[in-house]
Amino acid sequence: MSEGKLIKPGVYFMRGNDACVEGALVAGCRFFAGYPITPSNEISARMSRRMPEVGGYFIQFEDEIGSIVAVLGAAAGGVKAMTATSGPGFSLMMETIGLSAMLELPAVIVDIQRAGPSTGIPTLVGQGDIMQAKWGSHGDYEVVAYLPNSPQEMFDMMIDAFNTAWKYRVPVMVLSDQMVGQMIEKVVVRPYEEIKLFERVKPTVPPEEYLPFDSKYLVPPMAIAGEGYRVHMTGLTHDERGYPTTRHDVSTKLIERLVKKIRENEKEIGRWEEHLCEDAKLIVLAYGITSRSAKRAIKDARSEGLKVGLFRPITAWPFPHWGLNKLVESGAEVLVIEINMGQMVHVVRETVNTKVHFMPWAPGAVPPPETIVKKIKEVYSK
Amino acid sequence: MSESTPSQITRIQEVKKLLREERLPHIWCPGCGIGIVLKCYVEAVLKSGIPVDKHVIVSGIGCSGRAAGYVRIDGYHVTHGRPIPFAVGLKTVRPELEVTVFSGDGDLTAIGGNHFIHAIRRNDDINVILVNNFNYGMTGGQYSSTTPLGARTLTSPYGFIEGSFNIPYMAAVLGANFVARWTPLHDRELTKAILEMFKVDGFAIVEVITPCILYAEMNGFTTLDWMKDFRDRCIIDHDADLSKANLTMDPNKPIILGNFVRRDKPSYQTRYRELLRKVKG
Amino acid sequence: MVESTDAKLITSHTGRRTPLNRNMRLRPIGEPRISSELCKGCGFCIEFCPKDVLEFSDKINSQGYQYPRIKPGKEEECIACGMCERICPEFAIEVYEVKKVPIEVEA
Repeated sequence: MSEGKLIKPGVYFMRGNDACVEGALVAGCRFFAGYPITPSNEISARMSRRMPEVGGYFIQFEDEIGSIVAVLGAAAGGVKAMTATSGPGFSLMMETIGLSAMLELPAVIVDIQRAGPSTGIPTLVGQGDIMQAKWGSHGDYEVVAYLPNSPQEMFDMMIDAFNTAWKYRVPVMVLSDQMVGQMIEKVVVRPYEEIKLFERVKPTVPPEEYLPFDSKYLVPPMAIAGEGYRVHMTGLTHDERGYPTTRHDVSTKLIERLVKKIRENEKEIGRWEEHLCEDAKLIVLAYGITSRSAKRAIKDARSEGLKVGLFRPITAWPFPHWGLNKLVESGAEVLVIEINMGQMVHVVRETVNTKVHFMPWAPGAVPPPETIVKKIKEVYSK
Repeated sequence: MSESTPSQITRIQEVKKLLREERLPHIWCPGCGIGIVLKCYVEAVLKSGIPVDKHVIVSGIGCSGRAAGYVRIDGYHVTHGRPIPFAVGLKTVRPELEVTVFSGDGDLTAIGGNHFIHAIRRNDDINVILVNNFNYGMTGGQYSSTTPLGARTLTSPYGFIEGSFNIPYMAAVLGANFVARWTPLHDRELTKAILEMFKVDGFAIVEVITPCILYAEMNGFTTLDWMKDFRDRCIIDHDADLSKANLTMDPNKPIILGNFVRRDKPSYQTRYRELLRKVKG
Repeated sequence: MVESTDAKLITSHTGRRTPLNRNMRLRPIGEPRISSELCKGCGFCIEFCPKDVLEFSDKINSQGYQYPRIKPGKEEECIACGMCERICPEFAIEVYEVKKVPIEVEA
């Protein structure tokens, strides 16, 4: 990567949202389009200053829809592009997420979740966009969504997000939240040699032979505009040439490939962190800022003799159920804690073979460790 | 017998080389004018002096939006109302490309209205061919933001009572660098206008009033009548007072055509690159 | 050329001060070739032909559209202006210039 004005490797004390920007620039992002929305505004503000410094493009668009569509336009031109928003803006982007999936144009969307629904509490934490990230748009498609729980992860996961988006040609979300986005913590920027960036797979055949949606690949090589490939990309269901079709066999081939892209690679993409799970009888599942509070709660519970552990999904989608299933083979039960009225818990119930308890928590605050300990004790049996 | 094509006209054989011929005949209705508008765009692409590989067409949803699928150039057929921001994102990162939005009245000024006004405000360096057929044809002929007062459409069975945009006036007032209006009957002027748009650095738009069989039949005439109406009613006045250029059902009101506006304000993309030079050095 | 200072003599020998063929033009005769399978029977070409050379034929194509033909007897009337080619929304007409014939026009 061209160093220029990128953040130099070293140790920093950074706000999550700022680390997000620096991580994106290191990842090669050179186009940002966004719309002001609390609590993501630090991202666009920093981007407006930093993008010109690295020779990239910044546009504050008239709305969120224009922002995410422009991101796709930039991707069509071969440039890594992203937007940043929060719940209400994320909702506006849903149609276009489907377009990103259908055109297989990579997009990175950072969602600094806040209390909802609707306008909610713009300045306080929420975790209510988990389901929407996967199911928000109509029809069948797959996305990847990361769950950073610290400014360090906000830096690192931007690099993962761009790599994943351009490798699999899918929309990728980084589902942060107001606390993680606005907290200030230590961020270590590794030496550049240790940071691997993925560039798009280019077509290997001449334009006359190139099929933009060639089904012999799970992820077809991507041609960009202006290089003679004369691609036609449409949001209509299309065949391998990109031409619209209503044939069921063609539609089947396309839709199956779009979902298989992620489903057949889920073990590679899905990530999680385990903490004190080896002998745990109860595994707490928490992500984002909740996992920080849960970690403290587990320490306190352990000191009282309770065998609890923490399973922290790092990807919301694909949900790393195989990781959790391994841990519950011994009979351990799961306690899901999220700052919402039940989102990831549904996925856990569907995919994990054990008894699943749930502690809902209304948005606007983080459940404090004492509350979590109380719930652990309540649920803990055997 | 020696064969040649008349030298002074569009050679359809040349145009067809740039079409995805395997997809012809196209889906537009008998008597729809969009095919002619598409022909003019392709002709302009061929004559532009810009390599065909550098032209990109971005279209939205609707009958006009289907145009991108028939041209053998890089084309993106995106969601309803959104070809303009897509084109802006693409053009911003790839300034060497000639990006043209080809879409309809509802797509660009109703659902896409916000992007329309802001792209003009920013003076984004894109070309827009706005096909105005006074309704949402693809979905059966509902009224749109340009339906004339009194017109019958699928959702105004008693006559349209809202109000309609005067597109050249809007674009001019918002500050577009190039504003024109033509019809498919004036295909030579339309091709020339599109060629001129390619040269403009900044927002350039040509509104093309185009016959639609649905709208025509619901209002008691045919698209052939409509084309004849163009022949009889159109006046070319490049210096027209655009505030009077609105379109109505009144058969006695002339339809004003022309290349109305030509300004040279630098585009957003040009100004941003200036900024890049200053900041990055 | 006879050289003479006698103006009257020159005029009578050369005879003309205007070109012999000033009133002559080469008029193209064209042939519109119609791809019947592309036609949708809209009638634009028929309406806008300045020489009124086209009419609907009595045939329909595989899609059921009636397509045009040159009016029988009017084959030589087409002037290869190309209007039908330009006005066809279906890319269904190609006009070829068959030949050019000399015609006399008014002075």
